[in-house]
Amino acid sequence: MNNLLQTGQRLGRTWGPLLGIAIVAIALLVVAPAVLSPFRLNNLGKYVCWAIAGVGIGLAWGRGGMLVMGQGVFFGLGGYAMAMHLKLEAAMATGGPDAIPDFMVLYGDGTMPGWWEPFRSGPFTLFAILVLPAIAATILGFAIFKRRVKGAYFAILTQALAVAFATLLVATIKQTGGFNGLNQFTQFFGYNLYDPVNKRMIYSIAAVLLIVCLVVVWQLYRSRFGELLVATRDAEERVRFLGHDPANIKLVAFVVAAVMASIGGAMFAPITGIISPSDVDATASIFLIAGVALGGRSLLLGPAIGALAVGFGRTFLSESFPDQWTYFLGLLFIVVILFFPSGLGSSWSQLTSRLRTKEVAR
Amino acid sequence: MNDDYLEIRGLTVEFDGFKAIDGVDLTLLQGQLHFLIGPNGAGKTTLVDAVTGLVPATGHARYRNQDLLRMKSHRIVRAGIGRTFQTATVFEGLSVLQNLDIAGGVHRSAWTMLMARRGVPSYVEEALETVGLADLRDKPAGVLAHGQKQWLEIGMLLVQDARVMLLDEPVAGMSAEEREETGELLRRIGHERTIVVIEHDMDFVRSFADVVTVMHAGKVLAEGGVAEIQANARVQEVYLGRTAEEADHA
Repeated sequence: MNNLLQTGQRLGRTWGPLLGIAIVAIALLVVAPAVLSPFRLNNLGKYVCWAIAGVGIGLAWGRGGMLVMGQGVFFGLGGYAMAMHLKLEAAMATGGPDAIPDFMVLYGDGTMPGWWEPFRSGPFTLFAILVLPAIAATILGFAIFKRRVKGAYFAILTQALAVAFATLLVATIKQTGGFNGLNQFTQFFGYNLYDPVNKRMIYSIAAVLLIVCLVVVWQLYRSRFGELLVATRDAEERVRFLGHDPANIKLVAFVVAAVMASIGGAMFAPITGIISPSDVDATASIFLIAGVALGGRSLLLGPAIGALAVGFGRTFLSESFPDQWTYFLGLLFIVVILFFPSGLGSSWSQLTSRLRTKEVAR
Repeated sequence: MNDDYLEIRGLTVEFDGFKAIDGVDLTLLQGQLHFLIGPNGAGKTTLVDAVTGLVPATGHARYRNQDLLRMKSHRIVRAGIGRTFQTATVFEGLSVLQNLDIAGGVHRSAWTMLMARRGVPSYVEEALETVGLADLRDKPAGVLAHGQKQWLEIGMLLVQDARVMLLDEPVAGMSAEEREETGELLRRIGHERTIVVIEHDMDFVRSFADVVTVMHAGKVLAEGGVAEIQANARVQEVYLGRTAEEADHA
């Protein structure tokens, strides 16, 4: 009997989270397209992109203890890589294979910088979306973690990067569209972006990518690496004396989080039709963090659901209270941080486990 | 003699001009319980810190033709040198089994790290039996008694295949019974390992030490068997004398 119970618990531990992911998958892929208008579905797609980045933040911050305050940078790398391709696609559709984006003619001298050239290729763009953030995060993470920069210093450093990145984008209007960002895309890998069917397809791709990211972190969390990551978060020096360099463990989580943010950004561009400095700057990075904090950073589904909720909240509040909505959102975060410091999801599981131990005690 | 010994030559650790360790020579042989004693501030823990890469030091600390002083902490562990700390530092949220398992990184490739744990590896099972925590395997390490935590740490060193174990006051705060058991445990695993114990408790030293090194003010004052050390006039003066006097008064 006891054995049966233990087997049941073990199965629950393995399959419970997968069941949760399956529910999210059904909600996003079956229910949402059936009940939401195309406009609302597209909005949900935007939140899904933030959720993809949020899943990575959950890994780096919730499990790894690294408060990544500048994920907008990686979100932007993916977003701009994708947007550059879409911009070129739009230009080539009307102006032939050598056409260049309209803003370069408008603000520049009508020539395109050489580093734009490879983004004419779809496969290269997809490759860049995955590899660019990985390379950037590896170099950055290596420098940061080997020097044992952590805690508030790490958070400030990443936040400063987001500021610098946005500033750089604003300052380079001839190369990146500056403050306006990149917009007016017409097609997505050959598919017309004005066709609602294609919009729905792009939404579905984003939703599937979110599910894939959830499965990836699910495997990471249950692996020995996941245990070691939590151990590193809680007692970094001790891990050194298990024969591991904590810098390498953190680096893996940081790089995976960066790639996920990049994927989110890459889908953000075709779904919203724009990527601009305000989507990747310090404020945008904090919004990404806020969703994760709200949902419960160390849980599997917490960051994704939190990000979706914050996204929805932004839309709902800005539609209902166009002038005051940011105050409401600020208030919400203060309340969450004061009363549920590890997120709403964590507070729920803490509550239920407390009730359960009380029952056992009786 | 085989090459399984740790040789320390001219080890010096300086903090802002103050020499915490001043030219220490030590040879730590396999199969002996080696005790490191001395008054507070003698440099015992600093010596272990230097050998395990926690503080920079000059001189040599040679093990199997590798100079430990030029290696990073995690490399030193991979080379087979393990240590514990004065306060037990097990992962309180993880179970006893998980604590032992997490120490098994030396047995694993990067790829298998990405896999979930399936079953209990044989080296973890062995360590569980050796340190006598088999019945508590599924308990969170946080609920263990103080002594059991120290045993768990020793078990983690066994799992990580430490050929040299540097134990910083493992029996501090233990009951007499627990001390006895710890001593027996160290004897059992000490045959094929080099074990160094930093200790204050003279009864424990008398019962289990094969070799004793007395440190004072960053230098080695004397080295030898327990009887030899107790007879040494200089040792009595700086260390044992004082405790002997206290014992007389008591």
